[in-house]
Amino acid sequence: MRKLKVAVYKFSSCDGCQLQFLNLEDELLQLSDLIEFALFYEARRFVGSGPYDVAFVEGSISTPHEVELIKKVREESKVLVAIGACATSGGIQALRNWADAEEYKRYVYPRPEWVEVLKYAEPPSKYVKVDYEIRGCPVSKDQLLSFVLQLLKGKTPPTLPVDSVCVECKRRGNVCVLVAKGIPCLGPVTMGGCGALCPSYGRGCYGCYGPMVDPKPDALNARFKELNIKPKEIQLLFKQFTNWSKEFRKVVEEYE
Amino acid sequence: MSKVIKVDCLARVEGEGNLFVELSDGRVSRVEVGIFEAPRFFEAFLRGRKYYEVPDITARICGICPIAYIMSSSRALEKILGAEVPEEVRKLRRIVYLGEWIESHVLHILMLHAPDFLGYESVLSMARDYPDIVRKGMKLKGWGNQVISVVGGRSVHPVSCRVGGFHRIIRRDELLPLLKGLGQARDYARELLEWVLKLPMPDLKRDMELVSLRGVGEYPILEGRVVSNKGLNVPEDVFENILVVEQAKYSTSLRYALKDRGHYVVGPLARYNNNYDLLDPEVRGVVESYGYGAPLHNSFQSIIARAAEVYHAVLELEELISNYREPQQPYVEGVVRRGVGAAITEAPRGMLYHRYEINERGYVINANIIPPTSQNLASIEEDLLALSDKLATLNLEEAQWLAEQTIRNYDPCISCATHFLKIRYVTHPKP
Repeated sequence: MRKLKVAVYKFSSCDGCQLQFLNLEDELLQLSDLIEFALFYEARRFVGSGPYDVAFVEGSISTPHEVELIKKVREESKVLVAIGACATSGGIQALRNWADAEEYKRYVYPRPEWVEVLKYAEPPSKYVKVDYEIRGCPVSKDQLLSFVLQLLKGKTPPTLPVDSVCVECKRRGNVCVLVAKGIPCLGPVTMGGCGALCPSYGRGCYGCYGPMVDPKPDALNARFKELNIKPKEIQLLFKQFTNWSKEFRKVVEEYE
Repeated sequence: MSKVIKVDCLARVEGEGNLFVELSDGRVSRVEVGIFEAPRFFEAFLRGRKYYEVPDITARICGICPIAYIMSSSRALEKILGAEVPEEVRKLRRIVYLGEWIESHVLHILMLHAPDFLGYESVLSMARDYPDIVRKGMKLKGWGNQVISVVGGRSVHPVSCRVGGFHRIIRRDELLPLLKGLGQARDYARELLEWVLKLPMPDLKRDMELVSLRGVGEYPILEGRVVSNKGLNVPEDVFENILVVEQAKYSTSLRYALKDRGHYVVGPLARYNNNYDLLDPEVRGVVESYGYGAPLHNSFQSIIARAAEVYHAVLELEELISNYREPQQPYVEGVVRRGVGAAITEAPRGMLYHRYEINERGYVINANIIPPTSQNLASIEEDLLALSDKLATLNLEEAQWLAEQTIRNYDPCISCATHFLKIRYVTHPKP
């Protein structure tokens, strides 16, 4: 069998999602019999030229240079997979989209005039066609592996969970942190895949997998108000790791 | 006659950087370690966030050392709130932090750095000739990740930590199963250290000021005074005051120096040299049986310091987990009030400094973060200058590889460094 030729790219991000490939550890060695990491700067000195069967893309697009690069990646790759919150929604750095970029530059850099950034940090889908999305901040390595195995078997489209975190939490038998303790939780509006990690550790979900399909945040926010959570704090809940996703952005705007 | 070493995209580092070295008349005339990661403006958007959101947000600066960001920020904010963390919570923090050291160090030793010493382009090709140590290293790294996952829920961006402690009590019966893998982890960590001690070591001697925390009765991770091999000894609160931010003529990156003292190095080599007496005697025994000891003055030997710390971490985890007592409360609240707080913890790559100012309602009004890699940038370039003669005699390909290896000695995390480093595109000069 011909090996699947894979490229792993990083844009504006923390490295955590591509690190999940390396975190596969034992399985990574086995996987390398089936796929060739032709381009993976974090792991290899060797760089194999395109075209690639699959490109995994981490990070959001936030500089003019990155716009050029993502277009090149698209041209060279049969399948483009966006991995993680940054590549599927813009990520944490999209928080700057809500502010004055010039003021931000001045606050962080002594020579702001040298910093060249786009007005917004956006997911790659803003600029190119993205074939698949794997959510999470970071992506789960199990989801990543299962996705790769499905691709190898030629299953299209590969499937990923579509339940909310809330459903996963019920399935896990957790006591509801929102109902029992009054802790604000985005589980009812957030895409599952993490296995309801945050509620299992005694805290509310912070929405790092982004909005579920048709999330209905109004109903949840009505409940938050009954718990006397201030509007500003409700806004901050949605204004986290997936703040620039369409559905959460709408809530943030509403409370602006 | 001049030659130019140019690497457009540095491999096996965390993040995106490049390298430019120009040699003329047998000397290195220009060295630039450039950063082209996009700026992400963390300090800017932290303003206006609630203090309790800061650890989870700053964790996203780096997917490889999120615990370090969580701990430095939590401690800085706890100082403002007057929240004193009980000993059981402090020990649990040490457990999860040591897990991160193992995960991050083994990743670097085996997957990013060792291939250089043996002439492989990646761990994937090295694994064909060294299957045993690679497999064991992967298991060891996996165990470190498991420690983080048990305490934190997941190894990248764990969810259980908060300002004041943890969101819930981590039960003894959750931690104890980790001991099942411990015997193996201990054997593998020892084997990895011995394997590293046998690696061929390029020569590089340079006078460096090595800065780290100094532990009290234990190897430093979460707290300590800032010390160096040249007599520096200050509390963390004043560290920022003794720094000078520099900008070199040829480079647009910010870098740091100590006032009146010059450039310095943070990281495993500094920690190891400044705290050798606090390493587990078993670790020192292995190191010394191979003719090494302390201090180590060669940046390439940072791989030894890293491997020694991994073995130490496994041994300490055995004790911490076996003796773990659940705290009565998972966290302490403190009092929300106006104030400023700064803290340093030892990230795998070295001292990570955070300072926050919050207002009376608990909103952040100012933030400053100084990650280890930006503190090391000037020294990386100085190492390359010190290798001048050697780089000049090697052919271009070999010189390029050695230069890259020299950079990788620092396990540079460009994702961390970038949020206040300038982006720089190297133009192509005529050779």
